[in-house]
Amino acid sequence: MKQLTSVIATGLALSLSLSAQAGTLEDVQKRGNVSCGVSTGLAGFSQKDENGVWSGLDVDVCRAVAAAVLGDASKVQYKPLTAKERFTALQSGEIDILSRNTTWTHTRDTSLGLNFAGVNYYDGQGFMVSKALGVKSALELDGAAVCIQAGTTTELNLADYFRANGLTYNAITFDTSDQTRAGFESGRCDVLTSDQSQLYALRIGLSDPSSAIVLPEVISKEPLGPVVSQGDDAWFNIVRWSLMAMVEAEFLGIDSASADKAKAEGNPSQKRLMGSEGDSGAKMGIPAEWGYNIVKQVGNYAESFERNVGAGSPLKIARGLNAQWNEGGLMYSSPVR
Amino acid sequence: MSEKPQVKSSPSFFNNPRNRSLIYQFLLLAGLVYFFYGIITNTLANMEARGIKSGYDFLFTTAGFDILMSLIPYDATYSYGRTFIVGLLNTILVSTIGIVLATIVGFLMGVAHFSKNWLIRKLAVAYIETFRNIPLLLQIFFWYFAVLATLPSARQSLSIGEAIFLNVRGLYLPGLIAESGAGFVYTAIGLAFTAIFFLARWARKRQNDTGQQFPVFLTSLGILFGLPLIALLLSGIPFVWDFPALKGFNFRGGITVIPELMALALALTVYTGAFIAEAVRAGVQAVPHGQTEAARSLGLKESRIMKLIIVPQAMRVIVPLLNSEYQSLVKNSTLATAIGYPDLFTVFVGTTLNQTGQAIEIVFMTMAVYFVINMTISFVMNRFNASVELAERN
Ligand SMILES: N[C@@H](CCC(=O)N[C@@H](CS)C(=O)NCC(=O)O)C(=O)O
Repeated sequence: MKQLTSVIATGLALSLSLSAQAGTLEDVQKRGNVSCGVSTGLAGFSQKDENGVWSGLDVDVCRAVAAAVLGDASKVQYKPLTAKERFTALQSGEIDILSRNTTWTHTRDTSLGLNFAGVNYYDGQGFMVSKALGVKSALELDGAAVCIQAGTTTELNLADYFRANGLTYNAITFDTSDQTRAGFESGRCDVLTSDQSQLYALRIGLSDPSSAIVLPEVISKEPLGPVVSQGDDAWFNIVRWSLMAMVEAEFLGIDSASADKAKAEGNPSQKRLMGSEGDSGAKMGIPAEWGYNIVKQVGNYAESFERNVGAGSPLKIARGLNAQWNEGGLMYSSPVR
Repeated sequence: MSEKPQVKSSPSFFNNPRNRSLIYQFLLLAGLVYFFYGIITNTLANMEARGIKSGYDFLFTTAGFDILMSLIPYDATYSYGRTFIVGLLNTILVSTIGIVLATIVGFLMGVAHFSKNWLIRKLAVAYIETFRNIPLLLQIFFWYFAVLATLPSARQSLSIGEAIFLNVRGLYLPGLIAESGAGFVYTAIGLAFTAIFFLARWARKRQNDTGQQFPVFLTSLGILFGLPLIALLLSGIPFVWDFPALKGFNFRGGITVIPELMALALALTVYTGAFIAEAVRAGVQAVPHGQTEAARSLGLKESRIMKLIIVPQAMRVIVPLLNSEYQSLVKNSTLATAIGYPDLFTVFVGTTLNQTGQAIEIVFMTMAVYFVINMTISFVMNRFNASVELAERN
């Protein structure tokens, strides 16, 4: 129903032309917070603890933008969204950024009036099955019942993969990841499929994580990243460069502990990122120390990764594709100059 | 009443009340058209400016996703337009099941409310009060996650005679596969219904004319089973059983009733049934007791009193209430999306909207569909209402 409300809101906004198309930056500054669409709860990516504090890799993007624009990473208002609700929430102007493990696809980029500001996690779709089934490969899944979440790329990849391999299956779709996991646990389906990172997150949420295994096959490319409304280039730039700053900080060897030192006595590249040299902030209409605030308050990409999904988290995901480009990964920031 | 004196002066065109009202109505209509035209063009322009795709072309592109249950052939290679039909049929299916079962449950419980048996009466009251007051979504979750999800796995299915199986994946029933010659049997079934229709008409007319009664019910039953049976034997029984059997992960063959459908139909039945029971109770109570007493004094049997005196009068109260209960049931069926039953809302407003992003078009089409379904229900129920209404003489 929430989705329907947003659709109607979008309709109204579009028909009355009230939508704040340009000027998100001014709105955010006036409001004093960044409104950020996240998941309804997915370990490692966007998750709320008992005290109502959100954390995760996707949450850190929102926090980085808040740090860059408002100088305070905590000035974020989170809106939990299911996969189905997320795009209308952005179109209707309910949120300023969508940072919710969302795959960058052609259709989404070209026909929804949205723009992807970058990639904060390179992922691919995988399968999780109960160990008891004794299945070793996805190709043994003919005739299986598969739990998925509605409104995702997962639904489409699954159909493609089974069709391409001449396998049959039943797709059981749920609205939220909690329901999907409940369906898997009750035995309604043999398989749960989703982006691999999310499988690991869902797996640790099982009452007995060791009862399930993730199959080796990765059947798709899922570049996940933050999304903004089309038509506000200034805001798009801010979100893109907030993400870049985290990646660039890792590349330049600056982390939250060394940010102060880098700002005061770093090399020219470090000083430019920290805002003690050049006018990168002014060019975006935000404080000069935007990069410093991000790194100091949120950390660089490596810190965020390890804390939320890597070694420092229950997920223990290896950097893999998400390592820096010079370490065998795909994370690459354009230079701040 | 005396005739009013006719004023014979001809008023100017604008002072003629008829012309005036026509002009005002025309102006209002023009205003409305302009208003909606403005909204639509403005919306389209804004969507264009913001890079949001519009139009109905998407209905013809390949959907690329699968749907758990479909009454017509469907797979990922069909179009988005087809997903609309698949969802619509699933909505009609669950609504029809819900309406039929809720009516039966509702009437039984409503009548049980007047039972002379203390236990039955209390049970009816408890049912009505409990299920009317628990939110429907909660009831759906209850049936789905608390009841059906605790059934055994496919390998440990409950079974009746190795032909019917029940497990966490659903209810598996033997199906019939038609072979050549089946058309003959279908024709016989059609013929049987036609014959019963005309028989009932003829019998009613005869009773009205001559007062003689004809055993319509028994004869109909005979026709309904006899005719197809004869056809079946003549054509050499052109059907074979298709039994469900465990193959690999799941049962295959036969008919599968998915647990999503069971949970939703159960919840809608139990919930709406409680409201219908209330309506029935209200209807029966609205018939003054004097009616029963008068009928008794005429010497009618209790069962005939119920059928001939109470029910026809109670219906006048019940039918309008039923109308709104049925409409609510159809609207409530959209809660399907919470458990993934592939109704119109789940498939079309859920997945299709998300994959295409064409929110405005899809929501518009869906609203139109629910509007048409509910208008149809309303139309049928109003016709029915007219037939039970007091035929006033004046
Ligand atoms: N990356 C995919 C899938 C995203 C997705 O929604 N995944 C599920 C995994 S089960 C999820 O994150 N659910 C969390 C929630 O519903 O809040 C997409 O963009 O379509």
